[in-house]
Amino acid sequence: MAPFDDRQPDSQDAVIRVRGLVTRFGPQVVHDGLDLDVRRGEVLGVVGGSGTGKSVLLKEILGLIRPADGRIELLGRDTAGLPESERVALQARTGVLFQNGALFSSMTVAQNVMVPLREHTDLSAALAAEIARVKIAMSGLPANAGAKFPSELSGGMIKRAGLARALALDPDILFLDEPTAGLDPIGAAAFDQLIRNLQRSLGLTVFMVTHDLDSLTSICDRIAVLVDKKIRVGTLEEHLRDPHPWIHDYFHGPRGRAARHAES
Amino acid sequence: MARERAWLESSRAGDGEWRLTALGHWDLKAAGGLSGTLDGFALDGGGAVSLDLSRLDAMDTVGAYLLSALSDRLAAAGHGVDLTAIRPEHAALFNAVREVGPPPVERAQTHRPILDMLERTGRTAVDGLREGRDLLSFLGLIAITFGRLMVNPRRLRFRSVMFHIEQTGLNALPILGLLSFLIGVVLAFQGADQLRRFGAELFVVNLLGVSILREIGILMTAIIVAGRSGSAFTAQIGTMKVNQEVDAISTLGLDVVELLVVPRALALMITLPLLAFYADIMGLFGGAVMSYATLDITFGQFIRQLHGAVTLPHFLVGLVKAPVFALVIAMVGCYEGLKVSGSAESVGTLTTKSVVESIFLVIVLDAVFSVLFSFLRL
Repeated sequence: MAPFDDRQPDSQDAVIRVRGLVTRFGPQVVHDGLDLDVRRGEVLGVVGGSGTGKSVLLKEILGLIRPADGRIELLGRDTAGLPESERVALQARTGVLFQNGALFSSMTVAQNVMVPLREHTDLSAALAAEIARVKIAMSGLPANAGAKFPSELSGGMIKRAGLARALALDPDILFLDEPTAGLDPIGAAAFDQLIRNLQRSLGLTVFMVTHDLDSLTSICDRIAVLVDKKIRVGTLEEHLRDPHPWIHDYFHGPRGRAARHAES
Repeated sequence: MARERAWLESSRAGDGEWRLTALGHWDLKAAGGLSGTLDGFALDGGGAVSLDLSRLDAMDTVGAYLLSALSDRLAAAGHGVDLTAIRPEHAALFNAVREVGPPPVERAQTHRPILDMLERTGRTAVDGLREGRDLLSFLGLIAITFGRLMVNPRRLRFRSVMFHIEQTGLNALPILGLLSFLIGVVLAFQGADQLRRFGAELFVVNLLGVSILREIGILMTAIIVAGRSGSAFTAQIGTMKVNQEVDAISTLGLDVVELLVVPRALALMITLPLLAFYADIMGLFGGAVMSYATLDITFGQFIRQLHGAVTLPHFLVGLVKAPVFALVIAMVGCYEGLKVSGSAESVGTLTTKSVVESIFLVIVLDAVFSVLFSFLRL
């Protein structure tokens, strides 16, 4: 067993705690007794081969899919069987950036960002508009982007707008599903940096599903690897020493080496 | 004020310097109450202000924004604002929010209601004309592609044509049959009511025969098909456009009109006359049932009277319109589908537009046909 196996809860300060998670789609078992702790204030990168259930794990933590078995705690609350009001309150403390932004196409960017503000707060319309403007600017979009519709934005700008909406309520935890997929390397690096900066200034915990080795090496504090229906969490150095064949191939393959070289 | 979630304490030192201390939780929950008090906040007299943020319990973006806006307002009122007292964990966020800066000055919109209305009217008119021109050029494109396929009929996708015949024709039979039957029932009932006053009940059959065969059968069919199949064409092609399938067709060296538009148009031009005939029969059947029920006209009498009342031209006048309507419905449906761009929302908007436009054109063309036939004395 690897030295950094996350079986023991390593921290009282885990904002996400998953224990004994089992996911099944028909006869196919995706997760089998998966444990995971995400610590407050860290950037956790989640990697794994296709079909290992990265996005499924994300959706289970968000409560969009119900696992077959196991327990998921978000900010100290068990997500199963929460009353509606507490579930909504919990959702207001998490922000999600979906892979393709998932912006509401009938609304402008500013209106998109204001949706959670209107739904969950009693801010005046003027103040909500101001807060939306601040979030849009903090997400690195130009001032005139707020009045645009999603169909008028480039892929990178859609991600930034989605990020602004995810951050609208100052969540504790930010979930990112392949945030740099589909961006050019310069845009991806800028987006990584943006996430790092926002994470520091807003004190976010970031749960990031990614395939981008540059993101993993440059902004993740720890990396969670989905292998053998379980998860192994550790720093990059720890994973580099892991003998597991998939992990070895992943981090020692040509792309993994290139990303590490670029970093050092 | 101690019960509030977040508040400001102000005091004035001996040298005239104001000291503002932010206390409590400066966050989203407090913002609703705070913004009201802060908007009217002002200090008497001038003098420097030191804004102490080091003793508040929590700060999020909204709190940082409110404090930043407060210091901007105090600075604008002529106070020198000192912001150095802040805890390091809040400084990063506070500075990030301050970097955003003030909102851009919006250019005041001048209101000219009458001119604006005229401008909108003009725009709508020009857009309508442009749409008509584009539709006409699309019709030309379809005609050219049709011509090319006549020369080389092996390029025609027969499977696709058959599929669309099934979708637009066979599957429309139940709804079209029921509606035509009911229209026949309604017409017979209303006609009988009026004609009974003249003792001319039997002429209900003439009324039914002429109106259904010439106008109502084909018009009902065209409207139902526009709603059923024209919208489906727009949605299908529009979704393909969103998925970039249409782009893929072009880059593979295939012709979009030949592959997507012509099979649909051809299928509809084959099915619509058949559907119109079916609607005629069902409408007359409905009329016959109602005539029997209310006027005691037997089926035998009905058919004999019908035989005398309508001639072949009546039937053909109705049927000859069908392929034209079919072409218009298919053309508008496909044209609007190909106009879809990017968003899923535009599929919905253009589908609605396609139905409205094709029904509009069908009725306009029907009127044109009426005028034409009256000139031809048909």
